[in-house]
Amino acid sequence: MFGNILIWFVIIPIIMMAGLGICRNSSMNAIRTVMTVCSTALLGLAVWLCVWFLDLRAAGDTAEMLFTGSWMWYEPLNIQLAIGVDGISVLMIMLSAIIVFAGVFASWKINPLPKNFFLWFALLSTGVFGFFISIDIFTMFMFYEVALIPMYLLIGVWGTGKKEYSAMKLTLMLMGGSAFLMLGLLGIYWHSGPEGQLTWNILEIAHNGHIDPSWQRLLFCLTFVGFGVLGAMFPFHTWSPDGHASAPTAVSMLHAGVLMKLGGYGCFRIAIYLLPQAANELAWIFIILTGISVVYGAFSACVQTDLKYINAYSSVSHCGMVLFAILMLTQTAMTGAILQMLSHGLMTALFFALIGMIYGRTHTRDIRQMGGLMKIMPYLGVCYMIAGFASLGLPGLSGFVAEMTIFVGSFEHTDMFHRSFVIAGTCSIVITAVYILRVVGKLLLGPVQDEHHLQLTDATWFERFSTVTLIVAIAGIGCFPNWINETIQHSFVPIINTLTQAAI
Amino acid sequence: MDITLPILILAIPISMFLILGIGGVKMSRKMAGVLGILGMGTTMALAYTVAFTYFFSGDSAFIVDGIRQQLQVFDVTWLAFTEKLVVSIGFLLDPISAMMLVVITTISFMVHLYSWGYMEHEPGFQRYYAFLSLFSFSMLGLVVATNIFQMYIFWELVGVSSYLLIGFFYKLPSAVSASKKAFIVTRFADLGFLIGILVLSFYTNTFNFAALTSDPASALASTGGATFMGASVLTWALVLIYVGGMGKSAMMPLHIWLPDAMEGPTPVSALIHAATMVVAGVYLVARMFPLYLVEESALTFITCVGAITAFYAAVVACCQIDIKRILAFSTISQIAFMMVALGVARPELHDAMGYMSSMFHLFTHAMFKALLFLGAGALIHAVHSNNYTEMGGLRKYMPITHWTFLIGCLAIAGIWPFAGFFSKDEMLAAMFANNWIWGAWMTMVAGLTAFYMFRMYFMVFWWEENPHYKEHKPHDAPWQMSLPLIVLATVSCVAGFIPFGELVTWNGAPYHIHIDPVVATTSLVVAVCAIGLAAWLYMKKNSKPAAMKNAMPTLWKAANRRFYWDEIYMFITHKIIFNIICKSIAWFDRHIIDATMDGFAKVTQRTSVAIKGMQSGSIQAYVLWYFFGAVLLALVTWICLL
Repeated sequence: MFGNILIWFVIIPIIMMAGLGICRNSSMNAIRTVMTVCSTALLGLAVWLCVWFLDLRAAGDTAEMLFTGSWMWYEPLNIQLAIGVDGISVLMIMLSAIIVFAGVFASWKINPLPKNFFLWFALLSTGVFGFFISIDIFTMFMFYEVALIPMYLLIGVWGTGKKEYSAMKLTLMLMGGSAFLMLGLLGIYWHSGPEGQLTWNILEIAHNGHIDPSWQRLLFCLTFVGFGVLGAMFPFHTWSPDGHASAPTAVSMLHAGVLMKLGGYGCFRIAIYLLPQAANELAWIFIILTGISVVYGAFSACVQTDLKYINAYSSVSHCGMVLFAILMLTQTAMTGAILQMLSHGLMTALFFALIGMIYGRTHTRDIRQMGGLMKIMPYLGVCYMIAGFASLGLPGLSGFVAEMTIFVGSFEHTDMFHRSFVIAGTCSIVITAVYILRVVGKLLLGPVQDEHHLQLTDATWFERFSTVTLIVAIAGIGCFPNWINETIQHSFVPIINTLTQAAI
Repeated sequence: MDITLPILILAIPISMFLILGIGGVKMSRKMAGVLGILGMGTTMALAYTVAFTYFFSGDSAFIVDGIRQQLQVFDVTWLAFTEKLVVSIGFLLDPISAMMLVVITTISFMVHLYSWGYMEHEPGFQRYYAFLSLFSFSMLGLVVATNIFQMYIFWELVGVSSYLLIGFFYKLPSAVSASKKAFIVTRFADLGFLIGILVLSFYTNTFNFAALTSDPASALASTGGATFMGASVLTWALVLIYVGGMGKSAMMPLHIWLPDAMEGPTPVSALIHAATMVVAGVYLVARMFPLYLVEESALTFITCVGAITAFYAAVVACCQIDIKRILAFSTISQIAFMMVALGVARPELHDAMGYMSSMFHLFTHAMFKALLFLGAGALIHAVHSNNYTEMGGLRKYMPITHWTFLIGCLAIAGIWPFAGFFSKDEMLAAMFANNWIWGAWMTMVAGLTAFYMFRMYFMVFWWEENPHYKEHKPHDAPWQMSLPLIVLATVSCVAGFIPFGELVTWNGAPYHIHIDPVVATTSLVVAVCAIGLAAWLYMKKNSKPAAMKNAMPTLWKAANRRFYWDEIYMFITHKIIFNIICKSIAWFDRHIIDATMDGFAKVTQRTSVAIKGMQSGSIQAYVLWYFFGAVLLALVTWICLL
């Protein structure tokens, strides 16, 4: 069991928690050492996994999932701890590792109760990594819940503003989504195969193709909405602005950067892959909803005055784009969706990290009370601009690649319905430019608004470390996008095949 | 061709950007300036080598049977969307890209040099050079694009460099809002470009220029006769792509950003907003010209937009006070001239002379307009104001600036033997060949051009001396600034004699330019009359201009306010989109959607409050409920059994 590299992605966070357990509450250095060592180990492991994976693919291993393993967990219901990864999960693991790593440095001076904060942080990471390595939907769901619950405490205890309300709202809405999801997953299980051969394993379910089309419709709606809530799909997105606004920096980073990706990944891996007929038939409903998300989120972001609200709404728009692209059901659009997940994860994490750093200095997030910060803290200002440019899709940074792939892929549909929604989607690139430049103009440029801000200092070494990691990743994807294409192209083959077969 | 030089042409500016951008903070000003100038100088030398090899070596790779060839020096896959739709980054060498390499690197080098004097005392000098390098890189990447998507990539990059440079003085709110405006307006236009690319590539299944333009008939066939709202999809694609060009090249109604972009440092205006970036739209149409030829309605659209814009901008330029804005409107008008020339070009009319002359004018215009802008920079440097009302009588104080500026004005007015005469004459001849209406209309615009340029010239250098000169005597600029002026003035004098038709034509075959005496005489007479009129009105201080202004106050005010385009845009964007759409969506989100979600929570809470009284703990009450329940069950059973 421990010979499998994947299992270590869950074990390391557990070690992290154990290590933190030994530390004394007051010894900040010990806590930092544990966190740094473990998160570096995770990042290293993710890189290693990525290289190893590419090697295996290059060597001609065309299996759908690599590094598979499964261990019986509860025999009567055939629940297993089944793990395995394809190109998409590898990239998601990579993304999570980068953001966990950057998150540790972004919360270097967390106060109060640093030990407890990092304990919950580590638990959240366990859930995230567990989710991405599982191919058994029960285990997957369990890890999903493990990732959601710590959010309540992390926001409720270490948050700012009306944190209790936000924490409660976020948890309840996401739990509501989980309720739909659980019904959907149970339904999938009960129809997964002939009697006596029921299974939770994604590969087996897809291979059996046993789910009746009439059931598929119901289950598709349940699972898509369930994951869609986490993917901030209109009209189930309202947890996002309040939740992000109240969350502490690292939690916002992890939440927007990784947790929201659980939604997209789940829609893709479960709703589309396991229920292909329904996906073909009912995609239009969700195309409308996600299409609304894309434009609506962008328009809402234009009038916000709180930095975190702006990014929360922009996340609604960008994550809407992820689900929108998945629903286009073409390989290119889906590639774009994966790219957009990576891109959005990295740049939103960067955004939230920077907002946290700025807030830590100015003690306000209201853009009307700030101005001319570029002069005072040039490093943070430049980073904020880079994040903004990534968000509005500047070539050379990750956002451009993702959006263009989505548009080109979505345009493969020739009917009026799809075309109109794609064109509406493309309009978001203009609206994004509007709200990003508005913030940049008010926050960073222009004359200094508040005399007190003149005494503020620029970024410290750990802040620089955290942001540079993210910027390098963003620019890396933006300048050399094709390797990602090559990493994930095999992963689409089974999905596209199932979809085309189902369409016949 | 060896790929080292082409790679270096792109690699040097981008490395300069990274070096100056990241390490600039720790560098001295001198170091940063020298690095930037050296980098650009090297790039210029390399670009000249490439262009001269291409044009004059006679190598069989470049010219076969007298026809200049188009060749992809390299083409590397960057991102494969599908098996066929592949975005690559490459280097396309053909007559127009070779010409553009020369134009961009020359002007960029001149501006690098000039800025050393002009920006000497500005904070952020290193950052300035970094941005200039970024711009040069993006622009060079744009012109050598092998496929339309590469062009789009660099198109966005020039947009962002322009944003950064317009907003260079970021502490001024006016500069910040001008840069924002420029970016958003061009972004809006790029949306058209993007959709155009999507449509075009969907049907033709390729991004590659060579594939698209070498066989336009099959591109037309690939659409399978699909139409949308009465026009063929190819027309739609081409018009939408042109919309992208309209944004960058400031065609009406997307011209509003260019006058405001003058908030940037003057050398930047010379480089980006006069000579190079703003002609990207013309270049785009020229690049895809064979494809446009199969859809003549798209070309007609281009001609009409160009003709209207040229006239509008010329009228507005007559009523501005800020010399940089006059030059900005004159740029809009001149680019529109090139657009019209492209729009009227047809292979059957003198071998598409319109195409050749448009490219010729692009070349000459870049030189004399950069000269005029740099001259304006020298004036602003000396007088510390952008308005000609603060100037007047400067010819005695600033002789170098005066003579070079005069050469620029004569060139743009189209006086023999200056560069503008030759290119403008060819353009007008092409327009007359297509339809006399275009020719007559544009001759009138040419007359207006001569008038407003000399209006500015006389107001700045003649008219009446400003009394302030006694306390603060204006003087010519330092050598770093004067040298580029002299070089560009020399080029403006001789560029007309370049046998341009032998080098750059639409299909690579040489074309022998011959001056059409009727057209040339007409345009010369019109220009000389216009200059005479300007001299009569503005040479000596008098009351005629004021009387003219008072005679038609409404017209003057409307033209001065640019016919209220900015106000219309402000109304649409701010009042309608921002205040009505965005705010109501944000309100809807908080008060309807979110309130519904909160509503669920409230209903749950209220219900639980309402029914918690039933858990009273009193045995008698429980017994009573038990009794009721039992009776109810019995009743139900009984009814069911009946």
